[in-house]
Amino acid sequence: MSSGITLDSIMQAPSPASAWVLATDSAESGLDSEVVLIAMRRRIAEMRDSIRRGLASSAPSITGMVGWNAQGLWDAPDVLNAPLLKRVQAYAMAVNEENARMGRIVAAPTAGSAGTIPGALLGVADHLGLDDEQLVMPMVLAAGVGKAISRQMFISGAAGGCQAEIGSSAAMAAAAVTELLGGSSRACAHAAAMALMNTIGLVCDPVGGYVEVPCVSRNAFFAVHAVSSAQLALSHLESFIPPDEVITAMAQVGRMMPLELRETAEGGLAQTPTGLAVTARMEGAGVNG
Amino acid sequence: MIGPVMIGPSSSHTAGACRIGLVGQQLLGAPVSKATIGLHASFAKTGRGHGTHLALVAGLLGYAPDDARLPRAFEEAQAAGLSYTFEDIDLGDVHPNSALLRLEGGGQQVSVLASSTGGGVIEVSKVDGFKVSFSGSSPTLLTRYADAQGIIARVATLIAADHINIATLTCAREKRGGDAMLCIELDNALSGAALNFLSVWSEMKWVRVVQPIMDTGTIIDTGTINASFE
Repeated sequence: MSSGITLDSIMQAPSPASAWVLATDSAESGLDSEVVLIAMRRRIAEMRDSIRRGLASSAPSITGMVGWNAQGLWDAPDVLNAPLLKRVQAYAMAVNEENARMGRIVAAPTAGSAGTIPGALLGVADHLGLDDEQLVMPMVLAAGVGKAISRQMFISGAAGGCQAEIGSSAAMAAAAVTELLGGSSRACAHAAAMALMNTIGLVCDPVGGYVEVPCVSRNAFFAVHAVSSAQLALSHLESFIPPDEVITAMAQVGRMMPLELRETAEGGLAQTPTGLAVTARMEGAGVNG
Repeated sequence: MIGPVMIGPSSSHTAGACRIGLVGQQLLGAPVSKATIGLHASFAKTGRGHGTHLALVAGLLGYAPDDARLPRAFEEAQAAGLSYTFEDIDLGDVHPNSALLRLEGGGQQVSVLASSTGGGVIEVSKVDGFKVSFSGSSPTLLTRYADAQGIIARVATLIAADHINIATLTCAREKRGGDAMLCIELDNALSGAALNFLSVWSEMKWVRVVQPIMDTGTIIDTGTINASFE
């Protein structure tokens, strides 16, 4: 929370922005930047492993509401002839379905939003045939963007709704993809801002309170959202509202959001007849408390 | 922000719960043989579906949040001779993701109140009923001692002599002349020599060092260590 990294400072940093983030973070934490890079390489390897496991499995989750979506998409014919889209969506859901069946994942920034960054960044990299070493510095930038958001708001659905979780992961991913494809520091900050401003208002209403519905498909959607944002930013489109002001707006909306729509399962999808039936079934099975 | 590496499904209800167990195990200072775990609010309400119970027991066994044995923690506990019971508990005005651990083992016992505040971050707020404040993101020294003049100054001098910086410090006592608990978050680990020296002071009744279980000081969460205290 005390980090000096903001989206405006990222925007003004010399390109590539990740180098500035790494130097600033090392200066603040006292950690050697090489330690951060080694940890980041391991994180990327862990993300890749979770994608591999997720695509290979159709085993049901804790409640049985999800578990086959990633593989189902991956094995389906590409009717849109849009291999990037399919890859990004499948990778994202693979990670979140692993998460939902108590598999090993990398929280990024949370477990519920863990699929967005692997989906967008690793998805784009694999689509273009880039190797994992090229993802290390973009991942550093993603972490810096997360840090910048966390200066202004708590990154949890309970505190700020889904916008705080998936909005953060999408903004982090958008900046990372932008840098991976040669975007300037300015473009990266605007990619993050555009991803955030188009996530504002999203509530956290998971069925039964489980990290399954809509969380798994939501990661597929917001991984694509991140790639869309990078595409606009790489074409020099910008957020009309300055990046840090967008975070402020999102934080304000989070504070205005009713408690029923902040990870309590007391509103939205969780309160649909089908959602309530699932909750009752799980309570009957002794799974929920 | 990119991390921790963890067993799903929830950074607050699973990874954070595991870290609470890890801190409890270190505070006991011996393998846990009996644990009574009180779950408050959201931990009680949605814990089972999030693996909170498994994660807490895994932490008490010394497993980090990314340990593949976490989903099997109940079986592992049985093999390790750890018996546990869960109860719903109302801890009043604390964070909804909170747990009260009462632990026994190796002739020791300790009670720990801690909360999981999001993204795997935790906050420990009470040890043996004394108000404390630490997150396990840096080495933390805790001591219980007979309240007397100058103890804080002596402990601080010892830490300074070790060339270590104090990050945070909380001190609370039962009553004048009763026991007091000092909780100090340090930037670096205290030397074994300093710790041994401190432990033999006549006023000291209990000394523990909690090794870091996470690092939130950087853009990444530098991950968990297997925080076995033995």
